[in-house]
Amino acid sequence: MELGQMQKSLQDYTKSLFVEGILDSQFLQLPQLQDESNSDFVSQVVSLFFQDSDRILNDLSLSLDQKVVDFEKVDPYVHQLKGSSSSIGAQRVKNACVVFRSFCEQKNVEACHRCLQQVKQEYYLVKNRLETLFKLEQQIVASGGMISAMDLGF
Amino acid sequence: MGMVRESQFHVLAVDDSLFDRKMIERLLQKSSCQVTTVDSGSKALEFLGLRESNDPNALETHQQEVEINLIITDYCMPGMTGYDLLKKVKESAAFRSIPVVIMSSENVPARISRCLEEGAEEFFLKPVKLADLTKLKPHMMKTKLKKEGEKPAEEENTILKPEESAVIEILPLHQELELEQQEPMLSSNKRKAMEEVISAGRSRPKYNDITTSV
Repeated sequence: MELGQMQKSLQDYTKSLFVEGILDSQFLQLPQLQDESNSDFVSQVVSLFFQDSDRILNDLSLSLDQKVVDFEKVDPYVHQLKGSSSSIGAQRVKNACVVFRSFCEQKNVEACHRCLQQVKQEYYLVKNRLETLFKLEQQIVASGGMISAMDLGF
Repeated sequence: MGMVRESQFHVLAVDDSLFDRKMIERLLQKSSCQVTTVDSGSKALEFLGLRESNDPNALETHQQEVEINLIITDYCMPGMTGYDLLKKVKESAAFRSIPVVIMSSENVPARISRCLEEGAEEFFLKPVKLADLTKLKPHMMKTKLKKEGEKPAEEENTILKPEESAVIEILPLHQELELEQQEPMLSSNKRKAMEEVISAGRSRPKYNDITTSV
């Protein structure tokens, strides 16, 4: 595939993530924080999000599987995940966390289990899409092309 | 050129989440600030040189090595909350002049008013954006100006710098604080409106396009 086509693919792919609501405009804040001195910021912060989230989802599964669920423990996890997904622009994950928290407040264990599944689903979706996005970018860069913030914005 | 060094602001950022620390650090760096991040209120106090006992003698012996121009802290933290930290800073004679900004992912009007009443300069809803940080400069400039005002007169021209003379415009801050408190608030639309009120007041157009008769 030639460079121009690859760049078009990247743009289209990125756009679809916004159209589907998987990402929101907050995601566009990230490239603004990247520059020559921090040329890897976006991928670093996204990796950090993945690491953090993997850990939190694991902890959440463990907490909800306890005989007696300690919501004092569960809620902060969801709060944190909500925060980081919101900062990344992972809109659907964030929204799923909001619902999750309301069930935490109600101490509804059944509903919380369902919420956790929902959050996981949305998380794996955005993780998958972002990994694909970065792969597309890498291909472009490897072919001598450049990615600019403009490629992501529209 | 010494001026360039002088005018870099040093911000102390406090957040228990590694992810959020990384974000706020980058945001601040991108806004030309030097940043120190810590993961708790107590570490922030330690960094400042404040001891829990608030022993005035202790404060004197721990002269601030590093000049901090602003503290930005998350509200929800285990142990000492951002609000607790704010209180401790404002209760301390040595550090109460340092502007404090609170961040929170939750839009709770009562929380916001409480923080502002306790002396927080701004309350940012997370996720914090680059544009939000432009509101910090006026607050940090005040502390610089104060410090420079205390220096002997031979410190030429600092007062004459265009941006700093604009700080005088911002002093009616107090009136704006009262205005905010009257606003019961706060759906996110209202909050945005409130922010506009604050920004309109605090960063008046004049501040940005000084042509200036200095």
